[in-house]
Amino acid sequence: MTEPGRISRRPLPDRAGLTDPAPTTYDVVIGLEVHAQLLTRSKMFCGCPTTFGAAPNSQTCPVCQGMPGVLPVVNRKAVELAIRTALAFGCRVNPACRFARKHYYYPDMPKNYQISQYEEPLAEDGHLEIDIDGAPRTIGIQRLHLEEDVGKLVHEGSLETAQASLVDFNRSGVPLMETVSKPDLRSPEEAATYLKAFRSVLLFLGVCDGNMEEGSLRCDANVSLRPRGSTTLGTKVEIKNLNSFRNVQRALEFEVRRQAQALDAGERIRQETRLWDADRGYTRSMRSKEYAHDYRYFPEPDLVPLRIDPRWVDEIRAGLPELPRARRQRFVAQYGLPAYDADVLTQSRALGDYYEAVLREPAASAGADRPKIVSNWVMSELLRVLPGDDERAIETSPIPPHHLAGLLRLIDDGTISGRIAKDVFQKMFDSREDAPTIVGREGLTQVADATALGGIVDSVMAANPKAIEDFRRGKTAAKKSLFGQVMKATGGKANPMLVDRLLEDKLSKIQR
Amino acid sequence: MIYQPIHALADAYRRGDLTPPAVAEAYLARIDAVDGRVGAYLTVVREQALAAARESERRWRTGTPLGPLDGAPIALKDVLCTRGVRTTCGSKILEGFVPPYDATVVERLRAAGAVILGKTNLDEFAMGSSTEHSAFHPTRNPWDLTRVPGGSSGGSAAAVAAGIAAGGFGSDTGGSIRQPAAFCGVVGLKPTYGRVSRYGLVALASSLDQIGPFAQDLTDAAHLLGVIAGHDRRDATSIQAPVPDYVAELARGVAGLTLGLPDEYFIDGMDPDVERAVRAAIEVLKSLGARVESVSLPTTKHSLAAYYVILPAEASSNLARYDGVKFGLRVPARDIVEMESRTRAAGFGAEVKRRIMLGTYALSAGYYDAYYGKAQSVRTLVRREFAAAFARVDLIVAPTTPNVAFKLGEKEDPLSMYLNDVFTIPGNLAGIPGVSVPCGFSVSGLPIGLQLLGRPLDEARVLRAAYAYEQATSWRTRHPELP
Ligand SMILES: [Zn+2]
Repeated sequence: MTEPGRISRRPLPDRAGLTDPAPTTYDVVIGLEVHAQLLTRSKMFCGCPTTFGAAPNSQTCPVCQGMPGVLPVVNRKAVELAIRTALAFGCRVNPACRFARKHYYYPDMPKNYQISQYEEPLAEDGHLEIDIDGAPRTIGIQRLHLEEDVGKLVHEGSLETAQASLVDFNRSGVPLMETVSKPDLRSPEEAATYLKAFRSVLLFLGVCDGNMEEGSLRCDANVSLRPRGSTTLGTKVEIKNLNSFRNVQRALEFEVRRQAQALDAGERIRQETRLWDADRGYTRSMRSKEYAHDYRYFPEPDLVPLRIDPRWVDEIRAGLPELPRARRQRFVAQYGLPAYDADVLTQSRALGDYYEAVLREPAASAGADRPKIVSNWVMSELLRVLPGDDERAIETSPIPPHHLAGLLRLIDDGTISGRIAKDVFQKMFDSREDAPTIVGREGLTQVADATALGGIVDSVMAANPKAIEDFRRGKTAAKKSLFGQVMKATGGKANPMLVDRLLEDKLSKIQR
Repeated sequence: MIYQPIHALADAYRRGDLTPPAVAEAYLARIDAVDGRVGAYLTVVREQALAAARESERRWRTGTPLGPLDGAPIALKDVLCTRGVRTTCGSKILEGFVPPYDATVVERLRAAGAVILGKTNLDEFAMGSSTEHSAFHPTRNPWDLTRVPGGSSGGSAAAVAAGIAAGGFGSDTGGSIRQPAAFCGVVGLKPTYGRVSRYGLVALASSLDQIGPFAQDLTDAAHLLGVIAGHDRRDATSIQAPVPDYVAELARGVAGLTLGLPDEYFIDGMDPDVERAVRAAIEVLKSLGARVESVSLPTTKHSLAAYYVILPAEASSNLARYDGVKFGLRVPARDIVEMESRTRAAGFGAEVKRRIMLGTYALSAGYYDAYYGKAQSVRTLVRREFAAAFARVDLIVAPTTPNVAFKLGEKEDPLSMYLNDVFTIPGNLAGIPGVSVPCGFSVSGLPIGLQLLGRPLDEARVLRAAYAYEQATSWRTRHPELP
C-alpha cells in the first residue's frame, strides 16, 4: 500500500520508456473533476427523454440538436438533484446562479458551445469525508455546477481510418453535474477512494446511477508534484478519460511517476492535458497550454439568472437521506457489525435499507448475534446473486427482505438446517416464492425425530464397520465421517445437533 | 383591396365584400408584378397561402373567424422559422435549411388565421441597415428604387410599403424594425425585450433581439402585437405579464401625457428635413394635449460603441453552430476542421465574418473585461438613464433615424452604416418598447419616421400616442407610385 503523499518505487511498465527514478520524494497534489449524469426523465434544456441506449438520434428535438432559433429552458428537476447533492456535501447553495456559454468547436456539440456555469455556479465550498487506512480525511469540494452533455461521435471503423463519422445527439443535452474537488488528495489511492465515496453518496441520494462504463459518471484529474514539504504548487497536468476506479488509480500512479522522473531528470513539467490510454497503460499528451482552448465564456443570454428560493433548499435538505459514511458508522455502533460488514452493506442505499428491513422483521429468537447472522446472509448469499451497488437490482430483489427473514426463522426454529437453507435460498431466488412454501412442498423439513434418526444412525454404523474400527482405535475423525454419512442418508434434512448427540451416545457404548 | 389595412380587410370579410382567397390572389398577383423590382421576398409560398386563405374564407362564411387577423396576408422576415418552408436568414449558409418547427410567433399567427405569403429579405443574419447585404439580392425602397429600404428587416418593410403584404414581421436588434419602417413610410414596432417570445427567431444578439410588426397603421400594429405578445414557456427570457387589449387602449389620446425630448437625439449632421418633420410632429402632439419636456440621455453617445461590442460577441457565439455538420451548407473537405472552416468561409458574407471576428476578439481571455464587461456597464448606465427619464416623462419622442433612405452602395464604409442606428440602438440596450410612425417626407419625397419610446411593457401608451398623431395627420394615405 502506498503511503499517502509518497511515491512508490515500483518499476514502470517498459512501454512508457521510463526508468526507475532517482530517490527524491515529492508531495502529490491531486484534484478531481467529476461529471455525473443526473437521473432526470428529461434533458437539461428540453423535454427529450434521457434513456440510455435508444436508436441513434431518436431522442432529439430542435433544441438538443442546436437548430437555428431554438432556446433552452432549465429543467427544474436537474436543479433539484444538484441542490440535493450540494447539500449532501455541505456546500453553500448560492441564492442566485447563472449559466454561461463555453465555446469550442467539436462536431458532437450541436451549437459549438456548451451551456455550463462559470463565474456563478450553483453551489460552492463543501467537503466529503473519506477514510484512508481507517483514518478520516476531509476532502474539500470547491464547486458544483450544472451543464449539458454533448452528443456522441460514431466512427465508421477506427478513429484513425474512418472514412466518415456519424453523430448521435441522443446524449446531447442530458443534464450533467460537475463537481470539482479542492487539490486535497495526496495519492492515487486517495483519489480512487474519494471517487468511490463520491459515487456512493450520489447513489444514496438517487441523483445518478453511477455507471462508469456507460459514462454516467466520468472523471478527470489534475495532478502536480512538488518537492516534499514545499508549499508552492507544481505545474498541473490534466488527465482525461478515467472511466473506472481502477483506471483512476492506474492513470494517476503512472502520471505521478512520469512527473517524478521528469523532475528528477531536471526537466520542467509542461502544463498540458493528457489522455489516459487504458489499453497501453500510459498517459499521452493531448494538447499543451499554448493550444489550450480559449472557451470565451460569457453569461448565457437566453437564460435569466437562476434564483434559488431558500425555502426550496430547506425542503430539499429536509428530504436528504442518511449518507453512506454516517450509516456505516451507525451500523458498527448500533448493530455491533465489523467495519468490513458495515462497508459492504452500505455500498448502496438500497442494500443498507434491505439489511435493516430484514432486521425489522420478526425473528424466532432475537439473539445478540442476529445482526451479524443477517449480515452474513446478505453478504454471502444475496450478494452472490445480486450486485450490491445496483440500487434497482436490490430494490427489486426476487427475495424481498421479509422472505429472507422468513427463511432465517425456519433455521432458528429448527425446521430446516443451515445447509438446506442455502438451497432454499436459491430456490426462493429462482421462483420468488417464500421459504415455507418451498420447504413444505419439497419436504425439506428437518428430521428431528430421535427414533427415526436413531434407526438411520444404526444402519449407517452397521454399514461402516471400518469406521467403527477406526473409532475404536482412537481415530476421532471417524465420527465425522459417520456424521456425514447420516446427513447424506437423510438428504441433509437431519437435525445436525440431534445426529451428533445420537452418534455420541451410540459410539460411547462401543468399547474403545 | 391593396393598401387596405388589415382591420379594414376584416371588416370587408365580415360584410362579405371581400374574401380571403380573392385578397390573397390579388396580393400574389401584385407580388408577381412588382417584386421583381422591389426584391422584398426571398420565398413566396403561393399554394400554402391560398390554402390558408380558403380555410379562412370558410371560417368567415360560417361566422367563426379566429380574430381580426383571420385572412390577413402577411410577410415574415426570413429569420422566423417556418415549418417546412426554407428559412435562409439571407445567408448562403442556410440556403437549404428547412426548419422542422414553427417559431412561437408563427404558430400564434397561424392560430389567428393569418395568411403567410412568404419570407422576406434581410441583411445576412440581420446584420446591416440597408438590406443590401443579403446573400441573394438587395431589396429596394418602393419610394425610390435607387435607394435602400433600410434594414435589416428591409424586406418586410418594403413589402408593406409596396402593397405586397398587408402587414409584416421583422426583428429589431438595434433598430432593424424601426429604421426600415421610417425609410419605407410604414409603422414599425419594437416591443419590450421579453414581451414577444424569441423561440424560433434565428438569433443575432440574444439579449437585444425582439420580434415586432410592420403595419400600414397603428390599429393594425396593435392587432398584430396583441396576437404575438405574451409569455412562452419555451423562451426563458419572455416576460410573464398579462397582455393588455392594445386596440382598446388606442383611442385614449395623448392629452395629459408628458413627452420627453432628448437633446442628444438632435445631432449635428442630421438631415434638416428629418429635424423639421420631427419638430413639426412634436407640435402636432402638443396641439393634441401632450406636454413636452426636455430630458437628457448623455450615455446615448456611448451606446453605439457598447452595442458594437455586445452584438458581435453574442452573434459570434450564436453563429458558431453553422459548421456544415448538421444543417445548411456543407463544403466537403478531407477532415472535419477543414470542412468546418471551408463551409464557414464559403457560407458567410463579409459583414458576418467581420462581426464574428470582432465578437470572438471581444470575448477572448484577457479582453473580456475591457470589451464585453465594459459594454455591459454602459448598457446598465443607458438603462438607468432611461429609467430616470421615465420617472419624469411618460414617453420619449425623437427621430427614428438621422437621415432618410440612402442610395444603394452609398454607405460602403461599415462605420457610416452603423451610425444610421444611433437613435434606435439605445432602446435595444435598455430593452424598452419603441415605435416608428410616418411623420412626413423629405423635399425629395422620401418618408421620415417619428420615434416614440416608452417604459418597459408600456407598449399600450407608445401605440396610443402614435395613434393620436397618426389620426391627426394623413401621411398614411400616401403610397409609393409603383408602376
Ligand atoms: Zn431535445
